[in-house]
Amino acid sequence: MIDVMTRRSPSPADGTSWLRSDRGEPVRRNLGLVGVLALLYLIGAVVRPDIFLDGGRLWSNELTVLTQAASIGVVTVGMTFVMISGGIDLSVGALLALASVWCTTVATQSYGPGVMILTALVVGTASGLVNGLLIAYGRLVPFIATLAMMVAARGLSQKISGKLTQIVKVDAINKIAVDRILGVPELVWIMLLVAALGWILLNRTTFGRRTVAIGGNAEAARLAGLNVRRHTVLIYMLSGLCCGIAAIMVTSLSNAGSSDHGNLYELSAIAAAIIGGTLLSGGRGTIVGSILGVVVFTQISNLFVIKNLQLEYQLIAQGAIIVAAVLIQQFRIGALRRPA
Amino acid sequence: MKQDLSRRRLLLGGAAFGAGIVLTGCTSNATKEETDSGQTKLTGTGNDTPGKTVTIGFSAPAADHGWIRAITDNAKKQAALFKDVKLTQVDAGKDAPAQVAALQTLIQQKPDIIVLLPQDGAQLTATGKAAMDAGIPVVNLDREFSDASASRLLIKGDNYGMGLAAGHYIGTKLKGNTGAVIAEIAGIDNLPLTQERSRGFKDGLALYGLKVSHRVAAQFTVQSGQDVTANLLQAASKIDALWNHDDDQGVGVLAAVKQAGRKEFFMVGGAGSLDAMEHIKSGDSPLEATVTYPPTMSSSAIALARLIGQGKGLSDLVELQVPSEIVLASETITKDNVDKYLPLGFRS
Repeated sequence: MIDVMTRRSPSPADGTSWLRSDRGEPVRRNLGLVGVLALLYLIGAVVRPDIFLDGGRLWSNELTVLTQAASIGVVTVGMTFVMISGGIDLSVGALLALASVWCTTVATQSYGPGVMILTALVVGTASGLVNGLLIAYGRLVPFIATLAMMVAARGLSQKISGKLTQIVKVDAINKIAVDRILGVPELVWIMLLVAALGWILLNRTTFGRRTVAIGGNAEAARLAGLNVRRHTVLIYMLSGLCCGIAAIMVTSLSNAGSSDHGNLYELSAIAAAIIGGTLLSGGRGTIVGSILGVVVFTQISNLFVIKNLQLEYQLIAQGAIIVAAVLIQQFRIGALRRPA
Repeated sequence: MKQDLSRRRLLLGGAAFGAGIVLTGCTSNATKEETDSGQTKLTGTGNDTPGKTVTIGFSAPAADHGWIRAITDNAKKQAALFKDVKLTQVDAGKDAPAQVAALQTLIQQKPDIIVLLPQDGAQLTATGKAAMDAGIPVVNLDREFSDASASRLLIKGDNYGMGLAAGHYIGTKLKGNTGAVIAEIAGIDNLPLTQERSRGFKDGLALYGLKVSHRVAAQFTVQSGQDVTANLLQAASKIDALWNHDDDQGVGVLAAVKQAGRKEFFMVGGAGSLDAMEHIKSGDSPLEATVTYPPTMSSSAIALARLIGQGKGLSDLVELQVPSEIVLASETITKDNVDKYLPLGFRS
């Protein structure tokens, strides 16, 4: 659909700054998101000056926003890789639920926090492996394969939990959501760490280059000698691993494992990646943009609760932001396609 | 609105009854001996003796929530207690149309009576009527049909009363403190039951000159409870009392309170889960009380369905048949009476 290769090639000859060049596009978009965040703070300062103009309370509020954004942020990092490779992962919310339920059964809890964490990571990664194999070797369309996984994993998590809320009695797990390092909650650190590793993986390794190449043109990547199938499997495993990490975070936050966890995470993650500049058709996207997208959405929810407004307005605002972001995206592409 | 009417009906009925007693007292010419002609009764007995076998068709939405799960579990356990009851459970499917289809099959099997918790009261009304027309009495559980003629018996919890009870508990403790900050964490906001609960809470608080200052709505899930509470605690730096509509989402609410390290307020829950009762008993959290919305109503529904099927009445009542409507009272569980309620608590 989009001529990614042409657009990606830098044109050093014209000597324009990043402000206008194609290479600067992600930076400009991220600045745009920072602008949206600034606008949200401004609205906050108008409607609740007692919080947004008081340093201590603002800091405490923003840490809450980041903490609530943390699990969805981690899932979105995985989703960004999947989407850059031209795929989609609809199963992330269900995988999170499955991992949270599996790691909080009475049996798993009896082995202590280490085994619980390991269980969540293994369950997430293994489910991602199944997704990847179905897509790469079973030749299922990602939408269908992960849709099937979404339904099946949700069902399996209900089966395992017996649809009960599995309360976590292991203090070490519950403490993850309470403890802070340098005054910042551990959950926020986990998100930042995952985002940093994701950034390095995407921008500084051959794994990242290959992901972009496959998303840009899978056939060209294959002809260039890339093992596209193996790489696809790895990408979906990465997304599953992110779900496993997020499962621990959500479990710790809610002191419980539940088949209801991660409800609609797939939509939130896709929406955040899209407003962060990741193309649904693949070939382009940034980790920083995705994380900013998540923070924008979480900040909106926070503002609505703080202002005592009802959920429906929040949903409308989120929808409007997604549409605006995609319109801008289309406008940019249209401008690039026009001959100079 | 419906609730209003039934409440009004109750009041009117009570007034009429009282007037009746007064009038009877004034006009009575009867001799004392004649009064014991079956129009009065001391206490009831006899319903425990097995009668003819009753086949009960049962349908409730699939459990996605501790309370709904307890409904189905209780119905099954209660039916197993009776030697003269055979329970046929049909899957309610994913939504109202699926439940309609399942019930049509059930009606074909001609059970003696149907106990039904609808996915949606209004959408299942026609099906309830169809069963009644086919000569199968319907016991409508909790979610009310839009037409009373579609059921033989309605047995439901009192959402308005639940809010009222929570408001009453908080009001008694904060009486006179008109500047008190009171927060409310509702369930899914577009459900009539949530709106009823909130209305009751508002009215209950108003009796003490108090009002809700912060209100948020979660989704009846643990994660959503944690999420809205974390934000709510930021919005209100000091809270005096908090009512959470639902003990299932309450697990997340309590987690968020603990994470924020907030201890300045007390909290009231809703529904009456085992987890909530354990917190009330141990006093290890701000949760001091919970107002019930008991899932044991399905046990009662099965017991009453058996009586209807056998043509018996409630033995403590004078009337020969089971009443047509029963609204359960919302009870307040505190540390003082929690031991009595623990056996009724459901696992969330």
